[in-house]
Amino acid sequence: MLNEIFIKPFVDMVEAPDFLMQVLWEGLVSGILYALIALGFVLIYRSSRIFNFAQGIMVVFAALTLVGLHAMGVPAWICVVLTLGVMFVLAVTIERVVLRPLVGQPDIILFMATIGITLFLIGFGEIIFGGENKVMITEQLGIPTDSVLLEPWGGLLILEQKDITAVAVAALLVVALLVFLNKTRMGRAIRALGDDHQAALSVGISLQTIWVLVWFIAGIIALVTGIAWGARAGVSFALEVIAYKALPVLMLGGLESITGAIVGGLMIGMLEKLFEIYWGQPLLGGNTETWFAFVLALIVLLFRPQGLFGERIIERV
Amino acid sequence: MLYRTAGQFKTSYQADQALFPVRQDAVLLGVVLLFAWVIFPLTASEFAFQTLLIPILIYSLAALGLNLLTGYAGQLSLGTAAFMGVGAYACYKLVTLMPWLNPVVAILFSGAFSAGVGVAFGIPSLRIKGFYLAIATLAAQFFLVWLFEKWGWLYNYNASGAIQVPNLEMFGVYVAGPQASSVVQYFVVLAVVTLMTLVCINLTRGNLGRSWKATRDMDIAAELIGINLMRSKLTAFAVSSYVVGVAGALFVFMWRGAAEPNLFDIPLSFRILFIAIIGGLGSILGNYLGAILIVGLPVLLNTLPEALGLPISSATVEHLNIMIVGSLIVFFLIIEPHGLARLWALIREKLIIWPFPH
Repeated sequence: MLNEIFIKPFVDMVEAPDFLMQVLWEGLVSGILYALIALGFVLIYRSSRIFNFAQGIMVVFAALTLVGLHAMGVPAWICVVLTLGVMFVLAVTIERVVLRPLVGQPDIILFMATIGITLFLIGFGEIIFGGENKVMITEQLGIPTDSVLLEPWGGLLILEQKDITAVAVAALLVVALLVFLNKTRMGRAIRALGDDHQAALSVGISLQTIWVLVWFIAGIIALVTGIAWGARAGVSFALEVIAYKALPVLMLGGLESITGAIVGGLMIGMLEKLFEIYWGQPLLGGNTETWFAFVLALIVLLFRPQGLFGERIIERV
Repeated sequence: MLYRTAGQFKTSYQADQALFPVRQDAVLLGVVLLFAWVIFPLTASEFAFQTLLIPILIYSLAALGLNLLTGYAGQLSLGTAAFMGVGAYACYKLVTLMPWLNPVVAILFSGAFSAGVGVAFGIPSLRIKGFYLAIATLAAQFFLVWLFEKWGWLYNYNASGAIQVPNLEMFGVYVAGPQASSVVQYFVVLAVVTLMTLVCINLTRGNLGRSWKATRDMDIAAELIGINLMRSKLTAFAVSSYVVGVAGALFVFMWRGAAEPNLFDIPLSFRILFIAIIGGLGSILGNYLGAILIVGLPVLLNTLPEALGLPISSATVEHLNIMIVGSLIVFFLIIEPHGLARLWALIREKLIIWPFPH
C-alpha cells in the first residue's frame, strides 16, 4: 500500500518521461484556461470587491454568441467584433441594472447577485442558442488544428497546435493586461479604485465608467477563454463547470493578485492532472479532478489564509 | 388596527422575553399551524403534497440549517447539498443495517453523522474567513459527492449506484418507500420540521445563539469579550450540519424515494442558499417564505402557460424558469437585501401603528 502511494508513481514517472511530459502539457493547457478565468475574477474583485461568480457563464455566453453569429452566416472575424460588442452591452447592462442599485451592500449580497446573473444568462443562452453541444469555429478563425510531434528521450509527445495557440494568446493577453494596468491612465484608475473607493472617487475617478470597463475586460477575457476551451471540448453549458475550478485557483493565488491567478492556475492545472494520472486512477477509482483543486487550495489556505500571493489580512476591531 | 399592541403590558422580565410578546403574532402562528396540521392534510391533493407541501417543508428545513451557519454565525457555506447527502446516505445505511430501527429515529440519528462531517470541514473556519472559507465548504461539496459515487459500501454495492428507499413501517403504517401514502409522509415531515424549528428558535435566542451572532458581527471583538471562537464556530457547524443532514434524510426518504450522487450536486446547494438569502439571513421565518417562493414559483410557471393556453414547449418553460428565478434573485436583492423576513417585519411595523403615520 505504502509502495503504491509513495514509490510506484514516481518510478512510473521516471520510467516514462515522455508520458510525464504529455501529462504536464495537458495540465499546463487547462491550467492556462483556469488562470484566464481567474484573471477575470481578480480584475473585477480588485476594482469593486465583487466576487463575480458569473465569469464562468460569461465564457459560455461569449463562445455561444460567437458560434451562433457564425451559424447565421456572418464572416468569422466580424463575429469576433460583434461578440465583443455583445459583451460590452452585457457589461453596461450589468452595471446599470444590477450593480448600481447594490453599491455598498455586503459582499455576500453582491455575490448572490452575480449568481442571479449566472442563472439569468443560463436561461437566456439556452433559449436563444439552444442547449446542444456546438463546434467552435476553430478553422474559420485561422487557428491551426494540426498537431506537433516531438520525440524527447525516444518517446512521443503530441502537442496540438490549437493548444499552443491558446497558450500563446493567453500569454499575450496577460502581458497586454499588465501593461494596461500599470502603464495607462485607465489602468491606474482601476488599481486606485481597488485600493480605496472613496479616495479614488475624491480625486475624480468615475466609479461607473471603471466598472463598465472592468466588466468589459472580463468579457474580452471570457471570449478568449471561450474560444480556447471551445476548440478543445466544444461549446456547451458544461463549460460552466470550469468556473468552479477558477475558485480554488483564486484562493490558492490570493484574491487580489494577478500573478497569483496565473501561478495558481498553472499549479492547479498541472498538479490535478498529475494526481489524477498517477494516484487518482490507479488508487482511488479516478475522476479525482472534481475535488483535487479544492482540497489542495484548502490545505494551502490552512497555512497561508490569504493565499500564496494575496495581500496580508490585517484585522482591526 | 388588527395588530394594535396597545394594552398588552409586560409586568415581568419573563413576559418581555417570551417567544411571542405580541398576542397577534401567537394568533397568526396558531392559524398557520392550524392550516399546516389540519386543513392542508384534509384538503390537499396528491399533486399538492408531492410538488408543494412536502418539498417546501424539506427545503425550509435545509435552509434553516444553512441559515444557522451563514445567517447567525456568519460562516458562508456553499456545501449544503453535500451535507444533505451525508444525512441521506447515513440514513440509508442505518435502515439497511438495522431494519428494526424506527424510521423517524433513524432520520433524526442520521443528522449526527452529518454533524460530524460538518465539524471536520468546519475546522478550517478557525483560520480561514469569508470567501476563502466558502472554498473549504466547496471542497466538502465536491469531495463528498465524489465519495458517494466511488464508495460502494455506501449504497450497498448495488448495480445502479443509487440508493432506493425500502418500505419502512412505523406503528403498522408505511412511512417511507413506494407503499407509503403522501399524507403520512407529510405528517412525518411536518412533525420533524416543527420540532426542529422550535429547537432552533430557542437555540438562537439562548447563550449559544448569542455567541454565534457576536462571532458573525465581528469575530475578533467577540473573542476579546471572552467568547470562545472555536466553540462558537464549531458548534455552529455541528448544529447547522445536523439540521441540514436531517433535511437531507427527509429529502430522500420522504420525498424523492431514491437518490443518485449527482442529486446532491452544487445546484442544490445554491438553491438552498437562494432560499436562505431571499428569505433573509439571520431569520427563522425567512426560510419558510423563501422556500415557498423558490419551490412554488416554478410550479406556478409550469402550470401558467397551460392554463392560459399558450403553446410553449416544456424545455422553453424550464429555461424561462431559470431566467425568471435568476432575475427574481437580483430583483429581491435590490428591493430588500435583507430578504422577505425583513419585508414582513416592515409590514408588521406599519400594521402596528396603522392608521396613524407615526
